[in-house]
Amino acid sequence: MKAKWFSTVLAVAMAGMLSMGCAGEKKEEKKAEAPAPAAKKVLVLGVAGAQSGDLASYGLPSVNAAKLVAKDLNAKGGVNGMQVEVLPMDDQCKPELATNAATKLVSEKVGIVLGHICSGATKAALPIYKDAKIILMSPSATSTELTQSGSYPNFFRTISYDLIQGKAAAEFAVTELKVKKVAVIHDKGDYGKGFAESAKKALEDGKAAKVVLFEGITPGGVDYSAVIQKIKSTGADCVLFGGYHPEASKIVTQMHKKGLKIAFVSDDGVKDDTFIKTAGADAEGVYATGPQILADNEVYKKALADHEKEFGSKPGAFFPQAYAASQALLNAVAKAGSTDYDKVVAALQNEYIETPVGKIKFDAKGDAEGVSFSVYQVKNGKYELVK
Amino acid sequence: MAAENIFAHVKRALIAAVWLAFLTAPIMVIRVDTVEKTVTWRWMHLAYMAAGSFLLALVWYIMLERRDRGKANKDAEGNVKESALARGFADPKLVKPMLAFGFVAAVAFPWIFSMYQTNILVSALIYVVLGLGLNITVGLAGLLDLGYVAFYAVGAYTYALLNHHFDLGFWTVLPMGAIMGAFFGLLLGFPVLRLRGDYLAIVTLGFGQIIRLVLENWSDFSFGPSGIANIDRPGLFGIPYSVEQATTYIYYIMLGLVMLTIFVTARLKDSRIGRAWLALREDEIACQAMGIDNTRAKLMAFALGATLASLMGVVFAAKTTFVNPASFTFMESAMILAIVVLGGMGSVVGVILGAFLLMLLPEYMRAFSEYRMLLFGATMIVIMVFMPKGLVRAKRKIYKINAETAG
Amino acid sequence: MEYFLQLFFSGLSRGSVYALIALGYTMVYGIIELINFAHGEIYMIGAFMGLIVAGVLTAMGWPVLSILVIAIIVSVLYSAAYGYTVEKIAYKPLRGAPRLAPLISAIGMSILLQNYIMLAQTPDFLPFPRLIPDLDFMERFSMFLGTSDLFIIVTSLVVMVALTLFIKFTRMGKAMRATAQNRKMAMLVGVNVDQVISATFVIGSSLAAVGGVLIATHVGQINFVIGFLAGIKAFTAAVLGGIGSIPGAVLGGLVLGWTESFATGYVSSDYEDVFAFCLLVLILIFRPAGLLGKQRAQKV
Repeated sequence: MKAKWFSTVLAVAMAGMLSMGCAGEKKEEKKAEAPAPAAKKVLVLGVAGAQSGDLASYGLPSVNAAKLVAKDLNAKGGVNGMQVEVLPMDDQCKPELATNAATKLVSEKVGIVLGHICSGATKAALPIYKDAKIILMSPSATSTELTQSGSYPNFFRTISYDLIQGKAAAEFAVTELKVKKVAVIHDKGDYGKGFAESAKKALEDGKAAKVVLFEGITPGGVDYSAVIQKIKSTGADCVLFGGYHPEASKIVTQMHKKGLKIAFVSDDGVKDDTFIKTAGADAEGVYATGPQILADNEVYKKALADHEKEFGSKPGAFFPQAYAASQALLNAVAKAGSTDYDKVVAALQNEYIETPVGKIKFDAKGDAEGVSFSVYQVKNGKYELVK
Repeated sequence: MAAENIFAHVKRALIAAVWLAFLTAPIMVIRVDTVEKTVTWRWMHLAYMAAGSFLLALVWYIMLERRDRGKANKDAEGNVKESALARGFADPKLVKPMLAFGFVAAVAFPWIFSMYQTNILVSALIYVVLGLGLNITVGLAGLLDLGYVAFYAVGAYTYALLNHHFDLGFWTVLPMGAIMGAFFGLLLGFPVLRLRGDYLAIVTLGFGQIIRLVLENWSDFSFGPSGIANIDRPGLFGIPYSVEQATTYIYYIMLGLVMLTIFVTARLKDSRIGRAWLALREDEIACQAMGIDNTRAKLMAFALGATLASLMGVVFAAKTTFVNPASFTFMESAMILAIVVLGGMGSVVGVILGAFLLMLLPEYMRAFSEYRMLLFGATMIVIMVFMPKGLVRAKRKIYKINAETAG
Repeated sequence: MEYFLQLFFSGLSRGSVYALIALGYTMVYGIIELINFAHGEIYMIGAFMGLIVAGVLTAMGWPVLSILVIAIIVSVLYSAAYGYTVEKIAYKPLRGAPRLAPLISAIGMSILLQNYIMLAQTPDFLPFPRLIPDLDFMERFSMFLGTSDLFIIVTSLVVMVALTLFIKFTRMGKAMRATAQNRKMAMLVGVNVDQVISATFVIGSSLAAVGGVLIATHVGQINFVIGFLAGIKAFTAAVLGGIGSIPGAVLGGLVLGWTESFATGYVSSDYEDVFAFCLLVLILIFRPAGLLGKQRAQKV
């Protein structure tokens, strides 16, 4: 009996104190966040996305980005005299939880929302925001139809969509690298497969190169050598990969181990410094498409420095896009004078703003204008622009 | 006596705190970067951890001792050990007013609370039915199914695809979804008839994965991972309505379906097939010896469970207006199983409570933001440890034979 | 033929990874008949401990091989402690409870541990240093097998043999077999069942930690969810081989690896898992207790 109680205590203690230990840390953060005396009115910026579960690493950086932008603006007196408050809302990238998060944000009377992270979750949540006339801006949902289909007028994004990314990667491979046989690989995900499919389509339409292989790999796998042997047997001279950096780095390393040294072209999800860290020397020479972040972009430099100062670490995936989206949203509210739907939309479409991804405004469909899109290559442990 | 006890508690709490601090020290304190070869030490975390675990352990020991003492007294008086909850459900005088109150509260709910509350309640109700469905397979027939979510997916995609291609409405597809579910239930049921226990578990798990993988990879059929968007909400004689009204409408549909399911499962449990399931669960061979057709009973259990899951899939697709394979992972199956086991296997009330607990808890824990899943996991362990038989214990029907009337 | 051989070796290296994790899994299962969902999480914690030790020692400038050895030792010790504590918290109080209760607390524990690592460390992927140096004589076979693959295969085989001997010949091993056969009878003949189960968890968790460090350095990256997929694959491998059977776990892992690899090579990697599960169903239909599992006669 004794042992039973003891273990129960351990269980609860473990959970409890973990939360306490971490909560202690969190409280400090909060103190730092709100230096201004409690303002009368607050503008709530909802941040929805995967904040737990296996995709948390793509959703949590956007919470940090929103917090940094909010802190910055609050120090300057807020937006329209209102202090900006960040309200994170987890959806684990699951459609069902996304609708819960969305209705929660609507009930909390948020003005604007940054998110969601995954295209699927975004599609599930959008009708709810649309009904409540809330504007949504995603840093990472790349599904083409979100903007191009025209059925989601309240949706904006700071990342370019699959069709453009896939086409850019395919064109780059054909015209610049002069490849003839391409193996298109994806991670079976929403994002990766979308990219791969549009790349495949662009290659087939272009007719300059042949798609010799189109396959999905299982994300999280420990070993991709079988699919690498298969690529080798097809005689491909280029791999186009749609997906995120963990799989990309595994594939690249294992390709090199098996002596397969052909061009590797990938997407925005791979254009991340974590990729270079995990793949190490094998990352050299890898191409990835992504928004052009100029080395001398002052906003981005500042964002990076702030992140380092505030959270003691380097930002994660989609951080620049999320930072830009927070800026664009809050700027539009400031310019519109309120969170009135039509005014904010007009402001988003007309007011340029300097962001980490360039000086941007939004077109009628909701895609960002002014994000220069280019191909990068890893050189000496850094992503460098391919001229 | 009190002082001595407190001293003992402090000592035990100290031991617990030191052990846990030791256990978590490296992971809580050290953060490394092997590329830049830097190490960050965060000693404060250790202090929080130790202090927190000490205080909690102390409180916990004292609380537990009190509880133990209370329990001991009761036992001495010879009272039956039964929770107030179970007693409440057993007393016929209390049941009727409670049900009536519950019904009124349920009907009034969407008019009192916000759309968010209604929305998560709809999710919880969906999981109530899923739990009741799995309860047939696992709780009654004792067939451990770890791939139950596959049938949920079948229903959701049945509606999504039929709606997308042929514009069929919710009410037309609902019965079709049920048929599809039963079909897939039988499809899974046949090959696994011979398997027992955990071998059955792994095969059902595999079945769940196969369905998800097919949905993910067969793009021409299922639109792959990008899913199907803009699925119609349930039609209401062609009257257009807003999202908020739709939520209320679906809530009432779900309320009806839940009541129907409760009625059906309760009746089934006492029926011939229900008693056959119980016999099957207790002892397969004895059951066969008693002349029960094992094959039929097993297939019925799979098919009925699958039918309910598939029905819910249709409602799910209509509610979220979007389906993709991400909603049908193994974790979902595990959650539904947790609902059944946490609530109390075989008990209808238990499954309802379990579904509410497991579905609403993460929602109400949103205030803890990133810590909510941590607390959720801890809660699951604590409930299981304290109430291993679940929140509500299933009661077996007792047959009383009255000698006079029988004679 | 060369293509076939390449796929064969791909399957071998993948399968040996599964086998290494499945060994600990099948052991715990054999004794207490619990699908231990937290096993994958212990594996993940082992990898994180390895990373932390490696990080600290790298910063201090130690040589690579000594880092590998120390990382494995520390990680084994800590994971064993975690395994022990997890058993005491989540499973021990549930002995004698309905069969599915510990399964649910195992799922809860798995969620708890994942989120604990995510919060205490990071949600992002972390690079894991390569601690296994490339051996010169392996250069010739690099088309087929890398040094770290070889390392993992050899480790699985060594562990398999050691475990088999341990269970066959030591006192504790005998007690384990007795407990597995019939817990109550074991208690009656004087086996300290609590101790045996604790020991099982300690050994199982240590094996998970060895796997965690070796596989992490082979793959080159870790994060807090790696345990989940590893756990499912190990479970599948263990069942395929006949759960509770130690050589069965290795065989099951390899068969699983080969199936996936050949399915990828000759059909499509889109459906590699589908093939793996179909094979599993087929094997279980014809041998309901797995490849090397004992067919127990049902007593009436």
